Amino acid sequence: MAVAHPTRHLLRAKDLADARYREPLDVETLARAARLSPAHFSREFRRAFGEPPHRYLLHRRLERAAALLRSTDRSVADICLTVGLRSVGSFTTSFGRMFGMSPTAYRAAHPPAVTRARVPTCVLLAWARPASSTFGEDSTTGPG
Amino acid sequence: MLKQLTNVTVWVHDQDEALAFYTEKLGMELRDDVTVAEMGNFRWLTVGVPGQTDVAIVLMAVPGPPVFDAETQAQLQALVAKGAAGGLFFATDDVRSTYEELKGRGVEFQQEPTEQPYGIDAGFRDPSGNQMRMAQLA
Repeated sequence: MAVAHPTRHLLRAKDLADARYREPLDVETLARAARLSPAHFSREFRRAFGEPPHRYLLHRRLERAAALLRSTDRSVADICLTVGLRSVGSFTTSFGRMFGMSPTAYRAAHPPAVTRARVPTCVLLAWARPASSTFGEDSTTGPG
Repeated sequence: MLKQLTNVTVWVHDQDEALAFYTEKLGMELRDDVTVAEMGNFRWLTVGVPGQTDVAIVLMAVPGPPVFDAETQAQLQALVAKGAAGGLFFATDDVRSTYEELKGRGVEFQQEPTEQPYGIDAGFRDPSGNQMRMAQLA
């Protein structure tokens, strides 16, 4: 039987964050998917993908929120809960730091991309995810 | 003038594992399985979608020296494991039933069937980490 590449388990955790961001996922759950202890998992995830897992998950949630703002008329509070975040205030703050404007202003500024091109979901998920590394929500770890 | 696309290459960590996945789980057919002793036992392994005989998927092991130095080999293997080495898109007439069928065979899905303006799509991975997608276009 083939032995999986060690990074393959980390990819499984990343996929889990992408697929189940709506749920109350935490790093411990992601670490279990990667078959690693939480501390080791966070280090290895960062080494493989360039950012710690909790930040990856938050950015995924913000990306999905941005997509819903662009493509639906649902309320900001509803979208916040839908993407797995519990506090509308924190969501609005995080969103503003990431996108440079409020969720409402973002919605007004961005018509849906799908009206312009047939873009596969995987491309939307990958390219629309915010990439800033100076977000500031990751106060426990520095660059490394 | 180019005439047609005939082969696409997918890097895999283990050819036996990949062959079992692509044939037994995805339902593809084996096209070629040739090992060339005088080329360091290079194994030309291809599969394809039944009925689509003019395009084959080459399940290519990541080679070491003399093709790639050991560092490049390790880097490429890691990229594949990270899901950063590209992927394949397939079409199906019924994403939801295919999803159930493949999931029942143990295929690892990264995205359940999702409605899109262009149809319904879903995403999964092969054992090495390569991204696979299938779409039922509207």
